[in-house]
Amino acid sequence: MSAAIKWFWFASPQTFFPLAGAIARACWVGAALLALAGLYVGFFVAPTDAQQGEAYRIIFIHVPAAWMSMFLYVVMALWAALGLAFNTRLSSMMASAIAPTGALMTFLALWTGALWGRPTWGAYWVWDARLTSELILLFLYLGFMALQAAIDDPRRADRAGALLAIVGVVNVPIIYYSVQWWNTLHQGASVSLTKSPSMAATMLAGMLLMALALWLYSIAASLTRVRRIIRERQ
Amino acid sequence: MIAAARCVVRRDLLLALRRRSDVATALLFFVIVASLFPLGVGAEPNLLRALAPGVIWVAALLSSMLSLGRLFAADHADGTLEQLLLGAAPLGVVTAAKVLAHWLVAGLPLVAIAPLLALQYDLPVSLYGTLALSLLLGTPVLSLIGAIGAALTLGLRGGGVLLALLVLPLYVPVLIFGAGSVDMAAAGLSPQGQLQLLAALLVVSAAFAPWAIAAALRISTE
Repeated sequence: MSAAIKWFWFASPQTFFPLAGAIARACWVGAALLALAGLYVGFFVAPTDAQQGEAYRIIFIHVPAAWMSMFLYVVMALWAALGLAFNTRLSSMMASAIAPTGALMTFLALWTGALWGRPTWGAYWVWDARLTSELILLFLYLGFMALQAAIDDPRRADRAGALLAIVGVVNVPIIYYSVQWWNTLHQGASVSLTKSPSMAATMLAGMLLMALALWLYSIAASLTRVRRIIRERQ
Repeated sequence: MIAAARCVVRRDLLLALRRRSDVATALLFFVIVASLFPLGVGAEPNLLRALAPGVIWVAALLSSMLSLGRLFAADHADGTLEQLLLGAAPLGVVTAAKVLAHWLVAGLPLVAIAPLLALQYDLPVSLYGTLALSLLLGTPVLSLIGAIGAALTLGLRGGGVLLALLVLPLYVPVLIFGAGSVDMAAAGLSPQGQLQLLAALLVVSAAFAPWAIAAALRISTE
């Protein structure tokens, strides 16, 4: 048989359903184990920060959540665009399934950021560029979910949401840079691929473990949700 | 193609002319919102002068969003929209013409009346030019982006509030550059950079938004 058929084998909700279940179970277990390991490293192994004391430890959740929040929006838009282009039901369902997890990550990043900001900057909220663009990202997620919720016909909801996600993903960099020029107070990125990290190796390890845990959590939660959507629609 | 666009613009302007109160309402809203701020924050002239660009821009944002609901709703209700979708003229051109008509009715009056509000806020006269120019470049972008949201929410329950939720986050760059340009001028710097960014936003959105609006209309009416 040609490879094309195998490519689209799992594009059908019926065949994808059991696969999603298996992947989701594995990811739930992996996420729990990695989160335990990450939290252990974060709370007990990583040294106290010289400047920020113990309060810095919230970055073990804050930074991975912020990464995921931005990444998930792009993934969501990608699935939505695939659904719009190839008219595959499953792609659109994936987009709808990712949105709540993305919104949760955004909210988590904002909340943990507020808790960190209080002892460090002396305020729960400042109108800093990154905080503001994260807040707008949350609004974009909520707008996507509200639009889909307002449309009764699932096909129209999928396609309308897809268009909004694409418009949103084009706008995200514009919003990011406009807010960046508007005001910035946030400390520079702590982790970079091009220069050596500005933190201890154990801190970095804890953060990467937590990032992996949140990755797996996002996959597991999205797949569990997509199974529910499949069951609801068929 | 040009003839079709001209025809749509003329028709929409004529319709707006016949129902002048709709136009006046949005304009009045702009003035009222801007007039409420001094009542809320106090009448201290220095404070008002600092607030003026932001307040006028936010009011323009809200006012232009408020009039978006009418952009396609009436045409949708009486079947004109379906005829436009079926017609021979490219839908992107038709939607661009409709947005142009909407801007002429809802955006341009804001530019004209903004100096009056600036007067209320005691903004120095030297800034009026920058304010008007920023609104002139920015309000068409608001109409273009907003029309995508209006097309997506066509005929939905709770359309008005939903439209605000979809569109306002996308307005952020326009607000920042628009109000920023006036702030720059007020600080004695050249507002050129911000105005050029606004112009860039206008060019990009004018190139892409009509097609996104057309796609959204197709999704909403199928």
